[in-house]
Amino acid sequence: MSVLRFFTRRSTAPAARERLQLLLAHERAVFGRADLVALLQDEILAVIAKHVAIDPEKVRVKLDRQDSWATLEVDIEIRSPATGPLKMAG
Amino acid sequence: MAEVLVVTSGKGGVGKTTSTAALGAALAQTGQSVVVVDFDVGLRNLDLVMGAERRVVYDLINVVQGDANLNQALIRDKRIDTLSLLPASQTRDKDALTAEGVERVVNELKGRFDWIICDSPAGIERGAYFAMRHADLAVIVTNPEVSSVRDSDRIIGLLDSKTEKAERGETIEKLLLLTRYDPVRAERGDMLKVDDVLEILSISLLGIIPESPEVLKASNLGSPVTLSNPISAPARAYADAARRLRGETIQMTVPSEKKRFFGNLFGRRAAA
Repeated sequence: MSVLRFFTRRSTAPAARERLQLLLAHERAVFGRADLVALLQDEILAVIAKHVAIDPEKVRVKLDRQDSWATLEVDIEIRSPATGPLKMAG
Repeated sequence: MAEVLVVTSGKGGVGKTTSTAALGAALAQTGQSVVVVDFDVGLRNLDLVMGAERRVVYDLINVVQGDANLNQALIRDKRIDTLSLLPASQTRDKDALTAEGVERVVNELKGRFDWIICDSPAGIERGAYFAMRHADLAVIVTNPEVSSVRDSDRIIGLLDSKTEKAERGETIEKLLLLTRYDPVRAERGDMLKVDDVLEILSISLLGIIPESPEVLKASNLGSPVTLSNPISAPARAYADAARRLRGETIQMTVPSEKKRFFGNLFGRRAAA
């Protein structure tokens, strides 16, 4: 090993880290983070529940994956204004 | 209340069986009653690592199929009487496992032990699926190396979808056991660091097992490393991990070998 190479030796762990992060971001999208739908359902619910009264039982989240596209279907039944405050933000 | 724990990894050769034996023994050393179950049907090795290979008469398949009962198949460890082994079959294949049979055996074990530790086969096939199926928590054995981390990520996905707990809508607890870790190489930048692996997999850490010749010495002898050399670095790391499993808070360190003055003075000695 030349003296120059000794002093310019680059560590390899950062490369491993970057390659893994890229690869896994892709693989998780393909295989699906198995808990993705449940996770989405929880978080979407939490955001909506901040502003609108909703019945957690009447929420349906469906993820449909095809080769080149995917759809996320969210079906939420909102309680009538008589039974709960209805105040939409935005 | 019995805890069912699966030791899994996806990738082979990262230390699942070694870790099952060491964690099982370490938990048993704290007074808990523990059974380690080998799910690697056709390629059993937990019996060998535990030093019980000549005591196997009946196995998991025999119990699953009702040809033997648990009392006949369980092998009690000769060193720690709170530790037992349920070996896998060497002659049958994974198709001999049935969902109902495995469930019945796990439920029966729950009534007898504090901990049921399931040693998963490598891969994501039937055997691995049955090993994780009834788990309350999972220990994911990972080497600080790209292929092992990738396979662990796949296994985490399966744990979140294929386990009974996941199907009930609950989250299965997933803990990282980083094995063959070399702090010097990690510091030098030639090995993924603990934090890198934790960040990539986003699960919590159970323990860091340093790379050590003591692990091979222990398997040569057929003894969990926590029993063959309790003061060695990997044994202390496994013992700490076992105490964390029991809910204790122990500072996370990478144990290193203690210099033995007399050992150095009198030269090298074969493992006793």
